[in-house]
Amino acid sequence: MKRWLALLPLAAFCGLALYFALSLRPGHDPEVLPSAMIDKPMPDFALPALEGEGTLASAGLRGRVTVVNFFASWCVPCRVEHPMLMTLAREKGVAIIGIAYKDAPAAARKLLADAGDPYAATGQDREGRVAIDFGVYGVPETYVIDRAGRIRRRYVGPLTPETVARDLLPLLHQLGGPEAASGGAAP
Amino acid sequence: MIVELGHFALVLALFVALAQSVLPLVGAAREHAGLMGFARAAALAQLLLLVVAMGALMEAYVVSDFSVLNVVQNSASTKPLLYKVAGLWSNHEGSMLLWVFVLALVGGALAVQGMIGVGFLLFILLTSNPFLRALPVPPEGRGLNPVLQDPGLAFHPPFLYLGYVGFSVAFSFAVAALIEGRVDAAWARWVRPWSLASWCALTVGIALGSYWSYYTLGWGGWWFWDPVENASLMPWILGTALIHSSIVVEKRDTMKAWTVLLAILTFSLSLIGTFLVRSGVLSSVHAFATDPRRGVFILGLLAAAIGGSLTLYALRAPSLRGGGLFAPVSREGALVLNNLLLSCACGTVLVGTLYPLFLDAVGGPKISVGFPFFNETFVPLMVPLLVALGPGAMLAWKRGDLPGVLQRLWAAFALAALVGLGAFWATHGGPILAVLGLALAAWMVGGVLAELAERLRLFRLPLAASWGRARQLPRAAWGMSLAHFGLALTVAGIAASPFEHETIALIRPGGTAELAGYTLEFTSLVRRQTPDHLIDDATIVVRRGNEQVAVMHPQRRLFPQLQQTTSETAIRTNGLVDLYIALGDPDPSGAWTLRAYEKPLVSWIWLGALVMAAGGVVSLSDRRWRVGLSARRRRA
Repeated sequence: MKRWLALLPLAAFCGLALYFALSLRPGHDPEVLPSAMIDKPMPDFALPALEGEGTLASAGLRGRVTVVNFFASWCVPCRVEHPMLMTLAREKGVAIIGIAYKDAPAAARKLLADAGDPYAATGQDREGRVAIDFGVYGVPETYVIDRAGRIRRRYVGPLTPETVARDLLPLLHQLGGPEAASGGAAP
Repeated sequence: MIVELGHFALVLALFVALAQSVLPLVGAAREHAGLMGFARAAALAQLLLLVVAMGALMEAYVVSDFSVLNVVQNSASTKPLLYKVAGLWSNHEGSMLLWVFVLALVGGALAVQGMIGVGFLLFILLTSNPFLRALPVPPEGRGLNPVLQDPGLAFHPPFLYLGYVGFSVAFSFAVAALIEGRVDAAWARWVRPWSLASWCALTVGIALGSYWSYYTLGWGGWWFWDPVENASLMPWILGTALIHSSIVVEKRDTMKAWTVLLAILTFSLSLIGTFLVRSGVLSSVHAFATDPRRGVFILGLLAAAIGGSLTLYALRAPSLRGGGLFAPVSREGALVLNNLLLSCACGTVLVGTLYPLFLDAVGGPKISVGFPFFNETFVPLMVPLLVALGPGAMLAWKRGDLPGVLQRLWAAFALAALVGLGAFWATHGGPILAVLGLALAAWMVGGVLAELAERLRLFRLPLAASWGRARQLPRAAWGMSLAHFGLALTVAGIAASPFEHETIALIRPGGTAELAGYTLEFTSLVRRQTPDHLIDDATIVVRRGNEQVAVMHPQRRLFPQLQQTTSETAIRTNGLVDLYIALGDPDPSGAWTLRAYEKPLVSWIWLGALVMAAGGVVSLSDRRWRVGLSARRRRA
């Protein structure tokens, strides 16, 4: 048997080990699902408001840090997520914009009346057009928009206490803090 | 107190393992028999200590001692006993303890086994200690992940680990052989039963995992080429190669360096499998424990174990010389082909598993590698292997007569043609690849039967004489036939999957859906509340024409505190065809998504795996291992 041939398995393993070491570098999280929309401007939209006659428009969200949450009254994981949104809005003072995805307005209103309304404003996306523009996989899905109106983060599925504590709140703080987010009138 | 005893026993086991990994080597260098014999005593002491450690944690789980953090996180006092016990290994810390426990259980009084034990015990004590206390003591545990509360999954990890860890014995023997510079038939006889037993356990473990995903995940699939599944498949494939190549070493005293390499690589892949699942290198549904700090530790462990053994291999393997010469067309040649194809197949699985991670590591795009890749690489490698299986087993050692063997396989040809045509006719010219796949399975069955008939001289001698030969036939030969037959069953089950029918319907209670000649009537939906979850229980009456075939109850369970829904599929099988119904999400209008499948032969996939494992067990009961046992004892 040739000598170099016996070296081959070792060489292959060294390559593999190097690559594993690379994958373990700090800050590398294979679970984060990136969005093609990250760091892109938020899509423009103008949706009828869930309550009253007004309009919820993307233009009105510029200049402040916003959390956009897609939800639906028929979606079970959204119910699971709901208490977390309530905590964020009531205790942390985060401004959350709700978008009711493919939902009957009456059903959505009933949900918010029964379980509490965590949203600073709520729009109805009955056809799901805006959701497509955002690249929503399914409800619930949550986006963080910075002051310049760019999408900075996307969370697929219900927000968990870990995600909120580890990622969402630090991010909001970095972007200008929940105070700035709820301030609303920032330049 | 008991918990502290367990913790203490674990620490003690570490020191015993340290002694076991050093003293026998010192003894060997100084030719001191007492020190060399220490390994046996150390292995026994380790086993006793780990029995204590395992027992202590088990006790904490069974009596729901919520002062132990691990119990709090993975159990609850209301769980059935089975899941309290299974809760122990449903989590990272507990499953690592199970790993070293199994390691001690399989024994192996070798210094190298001691080193592996040191590595894993250090890992547990430093990064994943299951004996940590919780303060203040919570009144109730958080419960076991509902997806994991399942009998199939309760037994899946122990079998898998038994397989992984069992291969460590082959690994240790390989390292010992490299140090001594001697590989011979006796070596193969020590390695082979260990590899065979590990292979059987791994086969059962993988089959259980696959069956679990079939009936719980709710979309009818049973293998997803998920990285964690691949992590267990790779050692299985190489282990299969190992149990075949060690036959060549045993009978023909050749392919030594290769077999040693296979023994090293099979266990290395078991370690890498553990690493991939535990380290946070990859994400997956099953990777329920991820923590980069642990990853760094396991990587160090891998570098020491695999890097060390492969360095030894690079230094010593060139001096291992094979004896027997053989022609390309011979039993040895067939086994070389088997090894070549299996190794390549393992390579493709490795590439498919790691490539997306590799791209991600160098900053490339996120991609996932799925069925198309594996169908185009893995399957073409398997087909020649399966085709060659029948004739290969009938070739003579040294120089075989392929035309003669093929002539003697005429009955297998006939059977394959018959099954192929029959399937083609029965499915009205259905998917041609599936038809060919069934013919292939029939060819394999034909090959197994022809080989047996030849050994027994069936129909050439009087039946009584054949019966006599059958009783004389070594168990190993029966084991091989059984295992190959099991593989044919699995192949048939996989090949038949394109024949399945699927219906996905959005229906309200009272509505009906059609599935391949069946009418499914969604008669009612009942919502029930249990202490920790909500159950949506659907009643579905299955009719064929006017005749009622079955009443099935697919369920959906919502666990509000854990923010999780699970699907309880309803499966009805008659051994040939599975009816499979899963209840999906409701939509805004109150209609429910129903997924229903009719899956022919699908249960054969797992049945085949069990038959394969049974073949391994029969082969293990062969007389020659019992005869060899005393010699092995002496050496150990």
